[in-house]
Amino acid sequence: MQDLSLHILDVAENGIQAGASLIRIEVDEDTRADILEITLEDNGRGMDSEFLAKVLDPFVTTRTTRKVGLGLSLFQQAAREADGDLTIASTPGVGTTVHVTMRHSHIDRKPMGDMADTLTALIEGNPDVDLVYVHRKDGSEYVLDTRELRAELEDVPLNHPSVARLIHDNVESSLKELMRG
Amino acid sequence: MPKISIEDLKKIKERERGRMILREGEYRAKITVHMGTCGIAAGAREVMTLFRDVIGQRDIDDVILTNSGCAGLCAKEPMITVEVKGQSPVKYILVDREKAMRIFEDHVLGGKPVEEYALAKGSETAAT
Ligand SMILES: Nc1ncnc2c1ncn2[C@@H]1O[C@H](COP(=O)(O)OP(=O)(O)O)[C@@H](O)[C@H]1O
Ligand SMILES: [Mg+2]
Repeated sequence: MQDLSLHILDVAENGIQAGASLIRIEVDEDTRADILEITLEDNGRGMDSEFLAKVLDPFVTTRTTRKVGLGLSLFQQAAREADGDLTIASTPGVGTTVHVTMRHSHIDRKPMGDMADTLTALIEGNPDVDLVYVHRKDGSEYVLDTRELRAELEDVPLNHPSVARLIHDNVESSLKELMRG
Repeated sequence: MPKISIEDLKKIKERERGRMILREGEYRAKITVHMGTCGIAAGAREVMTLFRDVIGQRDIDDVILTNSGCAGLCAKEPMITVEVKGQSPVKYILVDREKAMRIFEDHVLGGKPVEEYALAKGSETAAT
C-alpha cells in the first residue's frame, strides 16, 4: 500500500465485510506532540479473543477464497516502520476498534494520501452503511457524518452520482484547508 | 471547516424530485469494484474514481457504482463486475484506465461485453 488512505480504505472494508452499519474513522494529527493517530471503529460482528490473538499473523483469514489475510498485518508493519504500532480491540456481537499510532515526522511514515477518494469510495460503494469521519489537526477539525446527509437528502440515496461528487469535492477542499492550518 | 451545505443537498433533492430516482432495480447498469486488500493495493480505488469521473462528466444518473469484498484472485486485481440490466454479470480482470474506458463505452453504455478483458469462464476458482 502506497499511503495511509489506502490502508484506511482496506481496514474500513473489513468492518463492512463484518456487517457493520456504522463505521467511525478518526485521524488525529498533533504535530507538536509529533503523533499521528488513526482510529477505525465499527459495529460489525467482531472477533473473539482467541481469533483476535492471532489476527495480526499474516496467515490468518476467515475468507475461503484466499488463504492469507494481509490487510491488518500490512498496516501494522507500516505503523511500526514509523515508530508506532497497530492494536485491535474487539467484542463479538459489538464491534471492533483498530488503533494506529505513528510518529508524525518520521521519515518512513507513509503520506496521508487521498482521503477524499477513500471516503467517497466507501460511501458511494456502500450506501447502506453510515460513516462518520473526523479529521483533527492541531486544534482544528473537519467532520463528515453521512447520517446528517441522509436525513437532509430524504429519498435521494447517498450513492447518487451528484451526491458522491458533492461529498468528494467537500472532503477534498476541506482537508486542503485543514492542512494549510 | 466547511460542512457540506444544506443548500447544496437541497438543490440535488429538488432536481431529483420528479426525475427517476436511482434505486436498486431501476438502473441501466451496475459496476462493482472489488475492494479486497489485493484489489486496493493494485489500484481498485483509482478505478472507482475513474468511473465516478466519467459518470459525472456525462451527467449519467442510471449507472450504479458500488463495491464488494475480495474477488479471490489476487494476481488478477483490480477486478470489476459489470451487470447490464437483463444480462448476466461479466467479471473483468487487471483493469486499468484504458480497459476501464473501453468497458464503459462498449459494455456499460453499449450493452456489449468486452470479451478480451473478461475473466475466462470457469477460472473463478483457480486460486492464485
Ligand atoms: N473489523 C473487523 N470485524 C470483524 N472481523 C474482522 C475485522 N477485521 C478483520 N477481521 C477478521 O480478520 C481477518 C483478517 O483480516 P485482514 O488482515 O484484513 O485480512 P483479509 O481481510 O484479507 O481476510 C478477516 O478475514 C476477518 O475474519
Ligand atoms: Mg481485509
